[in-house]
Amino acid sequence: MTTSPTPSSPREAYVLGGNRIPFGKVGGAYARSSNQDMLTAALDGLVARYGLQGERLGEIVGGAVLKHSKDFNLVRESALGTALDPRTPAFDLQQACATGLEAVITVSNKIRLGQIESAIAGGVDSTSDAPVAVSPGLRRALLTAARARDLPTRLKAFAKVRPADLAPDAPRTDEPRTGLSMGEHQAVTTARWGITREAQDEIALRSHHNLAASYERGFQDDLVTPYRGLVRDQILRPDTSAEKLGKLSPVFGKRLDHMPTMTAGNSTPLSDGASAVLLGSADWAAARNLPLLARVVDAETAAVDFVHGHEGLLMAPVHAVARLLTRQGLTLGDLDLVEIHEAFASVVLTTQAAWADDDYCRTELGLPGALGTIDPAKVNVNGSSLAAGHPFAATGGRIVAQTAKQLAELQAASPAAGPFRALVSICAAGGLGVAAILESVPTTEGDPR
Amino acid sequence: MTDRYTHLVNTGFTATLAKRLGLPQPAILRRFSAGDPLVPGPVLVLGPDTHDGSDSDAVAQHLLGLDLDVHRSPSTGTARWGAVVLVLTEIERVEDLSEHVLAAGSVLKQTARGARVVTLVREPQPDDAPALAAARQAVDGFTRSLAKELRGGATANGLVLAGGAAAGGEGVLAPLRWFLSARSAFVDGQLLTVGPADVPAQDDARPLEGRVAVVTGAARGIGAAIARTLARDGAAVVCVDVPAAGEHLAKVANEVRGTALQLDITADDAGERIVAHARARHGRLDVVVHNAGITRDKLLANMDAARWDSVLAVNTAAQLRINDVLLASDLFRDAPRIVSLASTSGIAGNRGQTNYGASKAGVIGMVRATSPLLADVGGTANAVAPGFIETEMTARIPFATREVARRLNSLQQGGQPVDVAEAVAFLGSPGAGAVSGQVLRVCGQNLVGA
Repeated sequence: MTTSPTPSSPREAYVLGGNRIPFGKVGGAYARSSNQDMLTAALDGLVARYGLQGERLGEIVGGAVLKHSKDFNLVRESALGTALDPRTPAFDLQQACATGLEAVITVSNKIRLGQIESAIAGGVDSTSDAPVAVSPGLRRALLTAARARDLPTRLKAFAKVRPADLAPDAPRTDEPRTGLSMGEHQAVTTARWGITREAQDEIALRSHHNLAASYERGFQDDLVTPYRGLVRDQILRPDTSAEKLGKLSPVFGKRLDHMPTMTAGNSTPLSDGASAVLLGSADWAAARNLPLLARVVDAETAAVDFVHGHEGLLMAPVHAVARLLTRQGLTLGDLDLVEIHEAFASVVLTTQAAWADDDYCRTELGLPGALGTIDPAKVNVNGSSLAAGHPFAATGGRIVAQTAKQLAELQAASPAAGPFRALVSICAAGGLGVAAILESVPTTEGDPR
Repeated sequence: MTDRYTHLVNTGFTATLAKRLGLPQPAILRRFSAGDPLVPGPVLVLGPDTHDGSDSDAVAQHLLGLDLDVHRSPSTGTARWGAVVLVLTEIERVEDLSEHVLAAGSVLKQTARGARVVTLVREPQPDDAPALAAARQAVDGFTRSLAKELRGGATANGLVLAGGAAAGGEGVLAPLRWFLSARSAFVDGQLLTVGPADVPAQDDARPLEGRVAVVTGAARGIGAAIARTLARDGAAVVCVDVPAAGEHLAKVANEVRGTALQLDITADDAGERIVAHARARHGRLDVVVHNAGITRDKLLANMDAARWDSVLAVNTAAQLRINDVLLASDLFRDAPRIVSLASTSGIAGNRGQTNYGASKAGVIGMVRATSPLLADVGGTANAVAPGFIETEMTARIPFATREVARRLNSLQQGGQPVDVAEAVAFLGSPGAGAVSGQVLRVCGQNLVGA
């Protein structure tokens, strides 16, 4: 169906490969691993897979959402611990759950501009080793004491500390401006779009089955490197069923007027993990015999006004995708694969419901009519966050790497067809949403192998 | 994995004590270190030298060309001998042996640590005169017995020249150099048959330069040592192991600056995926080392189908399937090498290992039958049969059993993974082109299985 490639600029950026560690449960296999440990492992696995030992890459860009203040140079420090040339520069980037995808976009833009030839985009998060801060009262006392020149002043600083100040300040995932958790926000959106419990459980079931099947057929063999004894994602339940999912009690939306539908089974649990994606120019890849899995075509970031309740917190990708497709002159029908990050099963459903709604698309997206519908068989074909888990900043890398590989497989299976096109859509805290289009690389001279 | 006993009987007071008590004193073996000389002292080349261009002369000339201190008579040397090469290819009667073997015997008390004795003889043929066949076969028993007499980490091995192989050709000389070198540390009492194949001269420092090697089971132990040794010898190494071993595999791949390929070798498309990876990433494929293997020990009376089938599937059937793909591939055409890991259990048998013994004997049958299929493209297929090797696996054997197992060989110690790796690297090298369909034991001349 997609016969001509979208217009390309003189220089292109390609996804060449990826690697991640299996994602762990909070307090699970990686309970004692730091963000730096996990990101280093993901990078080193990538280096090993593609023989990049001693390479000086153009740049490594990535980040973590839950980050210790000492990790101000997390990515650079991780890079120094790998087999890469220590002269490889790096910087940290942070955009909540879109960190990983934003890192891919950032480095691919640099490659397209000719500023760098190669890069790794990555992300990592640990909810097990989350930063725990001291209270503002204790922090002020500690800093004042540190500046004091004599003992009395130092003691005086601590005299102001109250017992309540001694309680640690754990990180929160609640939205700072509304005080509501992400789940509660999405429960409102889910109810607004009339998404059923059954439909959400069906998404969750498909995610587990698709991811399990991808492991079984060896698809993940060159995408995942085991870490600390964990070989597959700890959350993955290959044998889950509609009955088992149906028995779980709702956890979000219990205070709403509607029947609550969001359970632990159709919401993504907190997790630990890291991912890395290798990108480069065609020349750089050719010089190293690396395959061009997919071209990074274009990307768009959107934000919505969720604070005043006008739009759902996790609905920004709906807007980003509409603008991205319009700019590229594409429709939903031009897509062969669609990856919608499963923060919650209902995100996959509300996103598609919005695109199918004529009235919404006219008034909210400024389109002449509904954006359209997507064949469910094209959505999250190798499973997504409900089955793999969602270590916030690591999710983008996971999705981009496995989607690029899937595109390359589609292309290899139909050399005469293509290019095949994929859409990646990721929602993030703060009412943010990032979308990107990847496209397979048709082989001009026979089988690339 | 450490052999504390060998350490103790070689150091300080405990060494003196062991000597007084008459305890066995296994030597610290001479192992390869870049820059070390080929042999630890002068080389004595013995053998009939009745005419110009005799085999012994050809061998001596070659060794002289390596800047070695070569002598043709035992009386001339003063330093401790580094090696004795007995070129017996031109003997015709058992009576011819006496002069040369007694000359060798006269220097054995003045040999350096890690010295080498290597015999060269022609393969006895069914149509040989009985006296000739007896003389040639005698060298076999002589070599094996001498190996059991040597001390101080010295070894005795033999090359059996088959099908008109020339003693002065690289096909014979490269294996000779390997036996003389520190790389053959744990190979003792072995006779290796060398055919007449034409072999180009090789640089022993980097024999695998420009070659691409695949090692299965590379994440740990012997497989990791093989990957390191092949990389040291110049090869680009594709490290293969099951996805579950990926973390260690990545470490090994990064260490050897190779690539990691997570793959279950029992998968139907394992061979295709190996060839595709080698083609896409390295553009060629020259050496495939079938090292991955499993044990599921049980007496046959208690054996279940899962234990039997899985061992045969991984250790034998997977290698056969991958070899089929290699043999059909246009990538595996430039003097390719297949090296399979067998085991002394597949030769002598081992109680509780009917499945493992069968699988490893199967591997030996496989390489013998695969060898002629590769002859057209200058390829070889061989097996390496390790004896007791100090690995994580053998470290789990109960203490007393382990102590007995590791002492029951002429070197009175277990081998190191690198010793197996050296044998694999040798058989994978261009210089071993005249060695095919053979089983090289790396067992310190284990007393079982001869």
